[in-house]
Amino acid sequence: MDSTPQSTAENGGGRPAIPPGMAFEPSRFGKFMMKHGHTGFVGMEYRGHGSNWIELGLPWREDLVGDPETGVLASGPIISLLDNATSMSVWALRGGFRPQVTLDLRVDYVRAARPGKTIIAWAECYQLKTSMAFVRGIAHDGDIADPVAHAAGIFIQVEADGWSRESEPKA
Amino acid sequence: MVKGIGAQGMTDLATRLPPYARAMGMRIEGLLDGAPLLAMDFSDRAMGRPGYLHGGAIAGLLEIAAIMALHAELGEEDKKVRFKPVNISVEYLRGGITVETFARGEVIRAGRRIANVRAEAWQADRTKPLASCWMNFLIKPKA
Repeated sequence: MDSTPQSTAENGGGRPAIPPGMAFEPSRFGKFMMKHGHTGFVGMEYRGHGSNWIELGLPWREDLVGDPETGVLASGPIISLLDNATSMSVWALRGGFRPQVTLDLRVDYVRAARPGKTIIAWAECYQLKTSMAFVRGIAHDGDIADPVAHAAGIFIQVEADGWSRESEPKA
Repeated sequence: MVKGIGAQGMTDLATRLPPYARAMGMRIEGLLDGAPLLAMDFSDRAMGRPGYLHGGAIAGLLEIAAIMALHAELGEEDKKVRFKPVNISVEYLRGGITVETFARGEVIRAGRRIANVRAEAWQADRTKPLASCWMNFLIKPKA
């Protein structure tokens, strides 16, 4: 059976540009990430990693602000940062890239981020199953005990079982 | 039509788009079923893995749609209050491709202190959403 998913929007996923099974080296991936696409635009930076965790940074920038009166960052870039940090934590634990898509991501905005401060996101994959990876993360601006946001999410492992139901019928 | 939203209201609403939304190319296209319709062209700024929208960019658009729906719903009262996001839960339903994306928020309840808002994002076909979210806001009087 062909376990490679089709690159269509219909199956909720597709094939990443990075070959599946390629070794995951977070610092190299971080440098690539900084230059491209949405992560490049918002200015994410790699800071560190361990066996099941990743730490990324997001420097404050005027055009990422959500409230011009206070200079507080919009929540959009923070959710993007937590999305990337949590998804990279799965690869850190696996030790390699596997195609995965976000099933859901919940973020609690504990307090407003301080204007001018870099946001740091620390995220870990706390449970890795055949089909699902369970992740959590914390965003802060210098003191992890005084967080800006908490995240919890689940990533679906696209090729996990080499099996999938046929995609939904075309309209 | 949402209370307090006329032609002037729509112009005022567009001025509420924060720098982040403008930088991402989000704009208000008008009203759809009584709530502001947000649109965002596909661009490199919104791309995750090549050829697909970044999940964070989709969530960012959903949040802006929710915020704009709440501004519109509060009408005249909007000038007297501030609101801040308390939490969000996004469910991803389909991958976003390299075309224009739309989003619309729906205020489920705007109470005295808390507002509960849902939002949905789609591309060519509104009946095939990319993602949806619920979002809660804390409403406070302006200092």
